[in-house]
Amino acid sequence: MANKKLIQGNEACVEGALAAGVRFFAGYPITPSTEIAEGMAERLPLVGGAFIQMEDEIASIAAAIGASIAGVKAMTATSGPGFSLMQENIGFAAMTEIPVVVVDVCRGGPSTGTPTKGSQSDFMQTRWGTHGDHPVIVLTPSSVQEVYDETIRAFNLAEKYMVPVILLYDEVVGHMREGVVLTKPEEIIERKKPSVKPEDYRPYAAAEDMIPALAPFGTGYRYHITGLSHDETGFPTGNPKTIQGLLERICGKIEANRHDIIKYNAFDVDDAEAVILAFGSPVRTARHVQKEARARGKKVGLFQILTAWPFPHEALQEIYAKTQASFVIPEMTLGQLADEVSKSVPRDKIYSVLRNDGEMITPAQLEEAVRRVLE
Amino acid sequence: MNYKDMLRADKMPHIWCPGCGHGIILAAFLRAMAAKEVDPDKVVVVSGIGCSARASGYLDFNTLHTTHGRAIAFATGIKLANPELMVVVLTGDGDCAAIGGNHLIHGARRNIDLTVIVFNNSIYGMTSGQYSPLTPHRKKATTAPYGNFDHPFDLVELAKGAGATFVARGATAYPRQLEKVISQGLDHKGFSVIEAVSQCPTYYGRRNKMGSAVDMLHWIKENTSPGGKEEGKIPLGVFVQVQRPEYCSNYYESIESLARGEKGE
Repeated sequence: MANKKLIQGNEACVEGALAAGVRFFAGYPITPSTEIAEGMAERLPLVGGAFIQMEDEIASIAAAIGASIAGVKAMTATSGPGFSLMQENIGFAAMTEIPVVVVDVCRGGPSTGTPTKGSQSDFMQTRWGTHGDHPVIVLTPSSVQEVYDETIRAFNLAEKYMVPVILLYDEVVGHMREGVVLTKPEEIIERKKPSVKPEDYRPYAAAEDMIPALAPFGTGYRYHITGLSHDETGFPTGNPKTIQGLLERICGKIEANRHDIIKYNAFDVDDAEAVILAFGSPVRTARHVQKEARARGKKVGLFQILTAWPFPHEALQEIYAKTQASFVIPEMTLGQLADEVSKSVPRDKIYSVLRNDGEMITPAQLEEAVRRVLE
Repeated sequence: MNYKDMLRADKMPHIWCPGCGHGIILAAFLRAMAAKEVDPDKVVVVSGIGCSARASGYLDFNTLHTTHGRAIAFATGIKLANPELMVVVLTGDGDCAAIGGNHLIHGARRNIDLTVIVFNNSIYGMTSGQYSPLTPHRKKATTAPYGNFDHPFDLVELAKGAGATFVARGATAYPRQLEKVISQGLDHKGFSVIEAVSQCPTYYGRRNKMGSAVDMLHWIKENTSPGGKEEGKIPLGVFVQVQRPEYCSNYYESIESLARGEKGE
């Protein structure tokens, strides 16, 4: 019998991480993500893993990256203010190519904002929160089941591409309870191991796939890891060509694999006159509105983003080229998602439904917008 | 093992200025390590940002040069993920006592088995001479042109107060004693803090008219007390050496008993 449970989004995150093989969690309490830390504190010791509550979020992500350098799958979880504090070390993980999973259960900001209510306004921060050109992968589940599945995918992508992966979902998704099937993952990916002897090892000499094989510390490959711009040996460099090459490679390894990383669900878009585009909890409203519209014979489709970064521009361009549809974009921000979509869909074809007051976007609100667009 | 075998000779010359005391501290650390017959594959050296932090790159261990102030937090993750590794943190007065002060006190409180060596030259050298939390009152820095209005921490007292189970201070003017206290810190199971008083002739010394590196070493010699007893001088030596349950041992022993079905208290 399938392992079916009625649990919360944050609890599903714990289950997904354990299924993916997490054995280290470092965190700091913050609403609305705390249940993840609590779940990990209870569960990790039972599987021989380590849980530690650190002194702040900066230390939490630092410890998680440290554990990953020691070869253990590691994660942390937080929300807006803590996520802001983690940014510098997210950049460190991106630069040094250390896999780590960071969960941002999004609440209203800026500053302390609205801690107990949902928002999606960290959307751009997940992509550009840390300084410098850098790679990152961001996944955006909208249901408890998707939180479970996408948490597993987050670990797999982190290990496969040696990159920090951020799981972004809003408070609504984190705290709601739904039935979820805790299926055993079809695939568990472990990071590459070096194929050369220690004396021939060049840690950042990536193969054609641009992904380095970083040996866990303590396994006989003694090398140097630094957040400074570095060459293939891992040591600092000031050589302009090497610096440019490093940045192009660490960003390029993600860009070159967009097809593998990008995931979305498209419902009834082929003949659509209006496409609702959403991620996170607005998808729930959107699915309802889209089905109702179809039932009334209206040509409405739904595009659900599951990988927010890299952003699925190719798919949107294709849909727009084929349908010339208008895009209705419900989002719990003041327009961050619509801005990104405007790189692929003309501005005058984008209709925003913006709400960042802590409440969910209602079906009535979205229906009204869709109706106007179709008129 | 010869300490020279623990150096990445191809990374020389180092970046430190002529007369800098950091090489003396690094040599003291290496001599202490060489006497221990450690497996270099199982040694991790973590550093933050600053002149001191560059030391990690010169050492033929598993070396990690992290973000400013966060070395102890990274080291905590490494040690807890794999307690069989020997984890050493090389840090400076700015890195450890200012931006990283929070991690220092919490590492001490946890008593996690890390050895933290603080290269204290009383200044931010990498950024060319701003005052740190260990710059003495009234001394000059580029950001204290009229003399430092701040008062410094006593790092030994801070580490003691935070619960470190091994606390010592050495100085570049007494390299043998420095080597000895570092060695004791490395042997200690628990959180060890060793402050190493060092000289920065380029930025601190010059601005405060302390003369050459040799003059500064004389100053350190005259103003520190290797026996720790002389009135009015900076005491050197071991100030705390106590046994308290170590964090990782305690954690894994506790969860093993959980696995056997024993309930926590």
